[in-house]
Amino acid sequence: MSASAAATNRSHGSFGASVRWLLRKLGGGIFVLWAVATAIFFGIRMIPGDPAEAILGGPGSQASPEALAAARAQYGLDLPLHVQYFGQLWRLATGNMGTSYSLKIPVTDVLRELVPSTLILAVLALLLAWAMALVLAVLSTRSGGLGTALASGLEIVSAAVPHFWLASVLIMVFSTALGWLPPVSTNTPAGLVLPVITLALPLAGFLGQVMRDTMEEAQRSAFALSARARGESETGVLLRHSLRHAALPGIALSGWALGSLLSGAVVVESIFARPGLGRSLLSAVTTRDIPLVTGVALLSAASYVVIMALSDIAERLVDPRISAP
Amino acid sequence: MSAGEPVLRVENLNVSFGGRNVVSGVSFTVHPGECLALVGESGSGKSVTARSLIGLAGPGSLVQVETLDVAGRDARNVSQRSWRAIRGKHVGLILQDALTSLDPLRKIGKEIDDALRIHSGLSGAQRAARVMELLDTVGLDDPIRRAAQRSGELSGGMRQRALIASAIAWDPQLVIADEPTTALDATIAASVMARLGELRQTGSGMLLISHDLATVANVADSIAVMQAGRIVERGPKEQVLNDPQHPYTRALLAAVPAGKPRFTRLSPAVDTPATSSHQPAKIVSAQSELASPGEVAAQGEAADVVLPVLSARGLCKSFPLAGKANFRAVHSVDFELLPGRTLGVVGESGSGKTTTARIALGLIKPDAGDVRLFGEPWSAVPESGRRSRRSSLGAIYQDPLSSFDPRLSTGSLLADALSSGATRNPRSHSKRINELLEMVGLEQDVAARNPARLSGGQRQRLAIARALAPDPRVLICDEPVSALDVSIQAQVLDLLDELQQRLGLSYLFISHDLSVIRHMSDDVLVMRSGEVVESGATEAVFTAPQHQYTRELLAAAPPLLRGR
Repeated sequence: MSASAAATNRSHGSFGASVRWLLRKLGGGIFVLWAVATAIFFGIRMIPGDPAEAILGGPGSQASPEALAAARAQYGLDLPLHVQYFGQLWRLATGNMGTSYSLKIPVTDVLRELVPSTLILAVLALLLAWAMALVLAVLSTRSGGLGTALASGLEIVSAAVPHFWLASVLIMVFSTALGWLPPVSTNTPAGLVLPVITLALPLAGFLGQVMRDTMEEAQRSAFALSARARGESETGVLLRHSLRHAALPGIALSGWALGSLLSGAVVVESIFARPGLGRSLLSAVTTRDIPLVTGVALLSAASYVVIMALSDIAERLVDPRISAP
Repeated sequence: MSAGEPVLRVENLNVSFGGRNVVSGVSFTVHPGECLALVGESGSGKSVTARSLIGLAGPGSLVQVETLDVAGRDARNVSQRSWRAIRGKHVGLILQDALTSLDPLRKIGKEIDDALRIHSGLSGAQRAARVMELLDTVGLDDPIRRAAQRSGELSGGMRQRALIASAIAWDPQLVIADEPTTALDATIAASVMARLGELRQTGSGMLLISHDLATVANVADSIAVMQAGRIVERGPKEQVLNDPQHPYTRALLAAVPAGKPRFTRLSPAVDTPATSSHQPAKIVSAQSELASPGEVAAQGEAADVVLPVLSARGLCKSFPLAGKANFRAVHSVDFELLPGRTLGVVGESGSGKTTTARIALGLIKPDAGDVRLFGEPWSAVPESGRRSRRSSLGAIYQDPLSSFDPRLSTGSLLADALSSGATRNPRSHSKRINELLEMVGLEQDVAARNPARLSGGQRQRLAIARALAPDPRVLICDEPVSALDVSIQAQVLDLLDELQQRLGLSYLFISHDLSVIRHMSDDVLVMRSGEVVESGATEAVFTAPQHQYTRELLAAAPPLLRGR
């Protein structure tokens, strides 16, 4: 009786703790979004040039002073800065991201169209990177000294390779020379291969390094020896013990990895002429499309917050030593 | 005593790593129901021997053996696949420190279940029932709850029991236990040992490995003493303990502090430069500098009234726990440490020994009560008021390596301590550094090395040298020898004795080991759950314990420790 009462008490406590944890994460997330919106609002005004000109088609459009004044009035750019700032925050808080200057359609529509394409790219790249890192870690622990040296060399090289160089080499080999894969990315499976590899390879290098270290440590550990003494096979030790330990740093890094994938997407989507958040961000910044820049940046920040929370939860699931969320 | 076919027969076992012999010509047999203890220092090849017996000598090893019969099978040229059928089913291995020997990410029920799953087609329900039965056998209460916990959530003793459960899942004919109680408190170690002893009554043979003769004295039938990869002496327990033939066995026995009066040497005497007195003048000056005016006056007036160098009254300290209740770490603790004397503090883990030490060092502020140093307020004044007096109080800890900055060489560590952090250049203090190294029996060339490259004993000597650098009058020693082999422990204890006599130091000496406390202390405090349950002159407390808990502690100590 008393034991079960104690157990109920504990589960109540951990439920309360979970709610507190969630509220803290939520508060932190809102703070991050506010900080990003503020940084962009002021940051983008430091880029030289007139946003009204951007609205009317850029510096080449030779817009008349009257037209510029009209555009400023229409978009509220003639109001005092603090009025613009709080108005902007209010609109964002109510879900209104404004209309893209260059595309003349609501930013939310632009994002809705672009998100799936970038998401597919990022998620596939993350999965591929994880798979490559795990395979590298397993192979090198199974094959001894030479395998380890080879794997660690491979990891360092791939982690050091810049996206634009890797993309160019892949296009030259597989599109230009061999003609196997298209150099321009579409949402067909074949069109995804090169961009995904470009994004995944450097990430796999990073992940592989930390995962292999942890895995080798686990393989040498006393609990692995205990397992072997129980009659466990090497494969069993790997699957039931070491792999789980190796996954921990990988999960912890995945939040950071997503950030690096989003910034990588800017380069990769441009090179492979693939529509997506990254490429739109680049063109939005060059054309001073303030609403679109704000939208893309806020979305990236929001997904960062969500992924970080998810990787926190995943870590707690794999490693019960971290107190329950 | 020994009947039937041996469960283990080894003849001429040789193990080498990259051409370096670690085990040479080792032979022994273990019969059903017999317990053979393999005793020696770390690095003597005991653990490698044990692992070679089950084909787990490790990568890079070369194992050669004339005869190896394990559980009735010739195990000389056995494939890894066949080994897997033997391990866990016919031979169980129990390692030291279950915190690392059980996977910290997995439930202990799963770990025990693994041993069953690997060797059979038992159904999940049958295995679950057996896991409960095993947890019950090793004496874990509430098996259902325990099975769902992980090693990190269990106490040291419970963990070790769970590890034993996973090793005996199939009632193996041979159990190899490698230092199974080294990480445990005395009372827990005694009950774990008793549990291992019970296994033998069911007919299992046991190979028990330890660095400490005292630990194995209780359970073993025969003892083999191993030194540098060879067995130098073997025989029935009584013969080896009472009439040791080999000098190494005698040294091991001499190293056991139990039953050795204060200031008797435990390690073979070596003519270290430390025995030559080379700075008496300095000591005198240091004393007169440090003695408070009040103390000098008191000594002048009445020579027979000795004031304590360090005293505490009514110390209390609680720490907030995750829940609402506070954890009462220390509760109304009083003590007095007299000049040139040693006050031993003994108790099991969690009894408040270390918290007391930290309060004494001024690292934790007590909730109530106060500490006085040389009769003047210490814990009650702010750090700024203590800083100038800090040099009179030194400390050494159980794990010296983690208390050293890993980027500093030995010489830089000492220079840092000598200059209170003003310089780490060893050259600026080279004379004093050499003196310190000499004092603790370290060679001068150690100064250029990184502490990580030193042996455990050398590291603890270095820690002592660092603590002595600012010429302290009082040393607080928190489990200073608990991580060391018995023979190294003997050397460090001898060094502490010697330094105390030469420099007139006072020690607050904390240990969970009764025999160490008895050997080192003039007075003793017995602590339990944050309170002092008994205190007094060491011999009085040990020969006529008043409190029930002190009696329990004494009873748990292996018989060799109760004096021979």
